[in-house]
Amino acid sequence: MRIALAGQPNCGKSTIFNNIAGYKAITSNFPGTTVRYTETRTHVFGYTCDCIDLPGTYSLTAGDLAELEARRHLLSGEVDVIIDVVDASLLIRSLELTLQLLELEVPMVLCLNMMDEAQRKGIQIDVLKLSDLLGIPVVPTIATTGKGLQELFVGVLKVYETEKKGKTLKFSKDIEAIIGDLSSVLHSEWPVNEKVPSRFLAIKLLEKDEFFIKEVKGRIHLFKQIEMFQEQLEQIHGVPSDEVISSERHALAMNLFERASTVIHPPKKDLRIIIDHWVMHKWMGYAILVAVFYGFFNFIFGFGGYVEEPLMKFFDSGITWIESFWGEESLLFFLSKGVLQGIAGGIAIVLPYLAPFLIGLSILEDVGYLPRVAFLMDIFMHRIGLHGKSIIPFILGYGCSVPAVMATRILEFPQHRFIVSILATMIPCAARITIIFALVAFLIGPNAALAIFALNILVVAISGKILSLLFPYPEASLGLILEIPAYQLPPIRNTLKKSWYRIREFIVIAWPILIIGSVLLALMEYGGVEKYINWFLFPITRALGLPFPVGTTLIFGLLRKELSMLMLTQALGTTQVLTVMTKTQVIVFTVFVTFYIPCLATIAALWKEIGKKKTLLTILFTLSVAIILALATRVFFELFTK
Amino acid sequence: MPMTLDQVYENRKAKVIDIKGGSGIRQRLSQMGIHPGDEITMLRYGALRGPILIEIHGSQVALGRGIASRIIVEEMG
Repeated sequence: MRIALAGQPNCGKSTIFNNIAGYKAITSNFPGTTVRYTETRTHVFGYTCDCIDLPGTYSLTAGDLAELEARRHLLSGEVDVIIDVVDASLLIRSLELTLQLLELEVPMVLCLNMMDEAQRKGIQIDVLKLSDLLGIPVVPTIATTGKGLQELFVGVLKVYETEKKGKTLKFSKDIEAIIGDLSSVLHSEWPVNEKVPSRFLAIKLLEKDEFFIKEVKGRIHLFKQIEMFQEQLEQIHGVPSDEVISSERHALAMNLFERASTVIHPPKKDLRIIIDHWVMHKWMGYAILVAVFYGFFNFIFGFGGYVEEPLMKFFDSGITWIESFWGEESLLFFLSKGVLQGIAGGIAIVLPYLAPFLIGLSILEDVGYLPRVAFLMDIFMHRIGLHGKSIIPFILGYGCSVPAVMATRILEFPQHRFIVSILATMIPCAARITIIFALVAFLIGPNAALAIFALNILVVAISGKILSLLFPYPEASLGLILEIPAYQLPPIRNTLKKSWYRIREFIVIAWPILIIGSVLLALMEYGGVEKYINWFLFPITRALGLPFPVGTTLIFGLLRKELSMLMLTQALGTTQVLTVMTKTQVIVFTVFVTFYIPCLATIAALWKEIGKKKTLLTILFTLSVAIILALATRVFFELFTK
Repeated sequence: MPMTLDQVYENRKAKVIDIKGGSGIRQRLSQMGIHPGDEITMLRYGALRGPILIEIHGSQVALGRGIASRIIVEEMG
């Protein structure tokens, strides 16, 4: 049995999915985070279920890539049951999607999630009545506590076994007549995939859905007829045909809401409104924004620094001990040194910064602070020629560039996606943040690290301006349209699980590579191979005034960004970096590593999202930016410190 | 008197009369639950000429000024 979870952004879909799946989907209080769908297999009441978490979509009209993806999956004919998850506190808007899902004519269950929130808003929903009106089981749930999920699956099984489809609710008579006529025309003239119900197709064509219109354009005779139907609708109602349909659907949803629910009291004023008053305040909002991120920064630095120092000392003495045990020149010494340094890099350098960063980011995400940041930053994004929504990939970019690049799918235009993708890869990801913390903040001081972050934002802004001038958008871009979801107390278990899931990715994927890389480098050092790589990169290291052995580390950085730092201690032969590098060299190195070529995983993501040519362009662009900036940093400090 | 949404004062209510612009903007707004006939509460303005924050059917939505100026409304009460 294949189940698809569909619903609007922020309705708690992913939380439900995680309850089913253990922990696989990334949830957050931010519209559009599930850009790829996640799938899991579980067993319910003796059935094997493949469960798919689709990206949150406001409607089934092809607006952006995430929506197209969700729709394509629902129409693939592979879905046996749809679970439509709705935020019960936002019933009217949610029901508009429900109505469209019903048009797909697939067995379906309505999951009325966030019932606690609806109660707070004074909305009382007559579940049986709603179920009767829609012709499908309706199950109230509170996903964060797991309440009602058992019943949800009972409902799923019931519709699966009976193959019971919901009612398709009817529009006004004249509109239904046109839909009916168009359906029969489609039936005879365009024998499309039988999995796509012709009523659904007819409605989407009347709605001028870009994807389907494009499909049909080749058939001139049919296309002419469709245009005729659209005009007919426009003549009767005096507004464009897409507006006729969406208004009708809206009216149906309002009607359902009125019949199945009552508002018993006005929404309770709670603390959240007062908090939002300050958080989104014209001026105070920015002060709070700075304070939040400054506090966040200090928290990571404080925690990481506190842990890094004693651990490094411990591993250092370990290496000295091995050296005296095996002897300085022996292969065994090089081997065990490589292993130990790889392990040390993970425990002492990466995890102390990575763990608090990822936990903090998860909390900010789950609370719902990030959309507020988007609201506050929108005007500045426009100043650099970008769209307000672009802030979303940027913020995600501080976690990892890969989801950041994928999140560009929420942007409407390809040109836009391309520019934001390049810029998002320049935002220091968790790995690079670790480098900035462990090298610059730890060795030189927190202010120097803050300066690097500030420089980064400035460079991204300038690059954005330059790129948007070089590649102007073909269409007038729409401004910001972004839902600002209510704050939520992060479900602690979920937040920690999510952080753990992200940290685990470092532990199981990056760390082994790190240890292997470290051993490899030690062996190369033993066999004298690394010299050739260093000679190859000599032009760069020379120009930037970096020590000769640093060259190899830059190559390793392409695999995983953390590697370039960890390999640094390995390449230099000491964990006390400042004994062999000047402070200027440390800063120049960090600036270069922060900006140069994205890591392999990111390149793969770019390749998929924006294509080969543009990926190569990104590589060239980031490399030139890195070289120019690192050179400028060098010149600046050499003049400044003299 | 018809006006555009970005001209509505904070904490005032307005009713949507029309949305100017192509089907792209109409579709995007209708997904957020904004259609002609709906009631919108203006919650706040962003700094400079930043976006506005409105309430519509119980949810909060941020809209850029450019978009807000294409929504024709009538102030209520």
